Amino acid sequence: MKTVSLDGAVVPFAEGQTVMECALAANISIPHLCFLPGFLPHGSCRLCTVKIDGRLASACTQPAMAGQHVEIDTEELRQVRLSLLRMLFVEGNHYCPACEKSGSCRLQKAAYDEGMLDLHYRPWYPKRKMDASHPDVLIDRDRCIFCELCVKASRDVDGKNIFGISGRGIDTHLVVNSKSGLLADTDISAQDRAVEVCPVGAILVKGRGFEIPIGKRLYD
Amino acid sequence: MIRLATCSLAGCFGCHMSFLDMDEKFLGFVERVEFDRSPFTDIKSIGKCDIGLVEGGLCNEENLAVLKEFRENCAILVAVGACAINGGIPAMRNHFSMDECLAEAYLDGIGIENPQIPSDPELPVLLQKVCPVHEAVRIDYFLPGCPPPAGAFEVLLEALLKGEKPELPRKLIHYD
Ligand code: SF4
Ligand code: SF4
Repeated sequence: MKTVSLDGAVVPFAEGQTVMECALAANISIPHLCFLPGFLPHGSCRLCTVKIDGRLASACTQPAMAGQHVEIDTEELRQVRLSLLRMLFVEGNHYCPACEKSGSCRLQKAAYDEGMLDLHYRPWYPKRKMDASHPDVLIDRDRCIFCELCVKASRDVDGKNIFGISGRGIDTHLVVNSKSGLLADTDISAQDRAVEVCPVGAILVKGRGFEIPIGKRLYD
Repeated sequence: MIRLATCSLAGCFGCHMSFLDMDEKFLGFVERVEFDRSPFTDIKSIGKCDIGLVEGGLCNEENLAVLKEFRENCAILVAVGACAINGGIPAMRNHFSMDECLAEAYLDGIGIENPQIPSDPELPVLLQKVCPVHEAVRIDYFLPGCPPPAGAFEVLLEALLKGEKPELPRKLIHYD
């Protein structure tokens, strides 16, 4: 059986598996945000950056190959992850105390896990449009990390194709596929996978804020 | 005796309240720590200190002046709480222009009588954008949270009093 070495542990893999998939199967954790089992990976957040035979690569897109030496839990990679997380925070507007997702947010949890105490960089405070037009679902673009999970879930699971990512670099933004560009003019429902799948507080179900007391939330 | 100064810039004093939430643990510190400038002592000017705790971000020129004074006088400067670290809730005004903010607060807001924008010369001039303290001065340590839990202050002070680098355990790191 073909194997890879993950931080020294010899792990078997099946043909076609990525480094991330074989780590998950072996219960070895590689921090990640935009990767979610069941969805095609595209390596946009880079949080799963690992060192494969001396070269940096995103574990979610890299095919596992026999004999690979993969480093995950090293000080160098911890610094890489910290920088990536800090950049994700400063390029959006993340006011956790005022965010309904706080305590159950994967971005926040990833930052806690890496021991992120400060931003280091200068916050951008970008001005992004909120979409509160729909009666049940809200988009707060300030918190979007462009993981594209809603795009894939809406297209591939819900069969609605409501979301897209448009623009490049600093102008990247989440768009809604309706004539007005507003969520109210789509057939989205609060039960859609696209709503549930958002790892941060960018797509929220209305009327449900701060339901779970502090201390009892998913990652408290 | 270790000399400690604290201040609240663009913050809500919540971090100071959380500091006091150390309750009886606080008594252990008062024997080793002397308070310099702080809302606790009401001393208004700062002398040479070993540790400075800064709550709140920068929203006006007075905040900036106080922060610079703290940096000049404190051997170790700690940014305490979400507002000091990323601007926090006050930084939500950065999404609007200064004119829009002032108009909403003093001219067009609901229930305003005798609308006028305050212009007393004693009032500090507002900065165009609220920003975190690390943008203006070097910061030695950060204590996240809104507010940081009392236990985080304890870990910080215990380590600094021993001359060690504070290491916050995972369970004391939170941003809300
Ligand atoms: S989305 Fe997550 S990181 Fe951003 S403000 Fe909300 S809880 Fe904080
Ligand atoms: S809205 Fe949420 S799921 Fe969609 S791209 Fe942004 S962060 Fe990802």
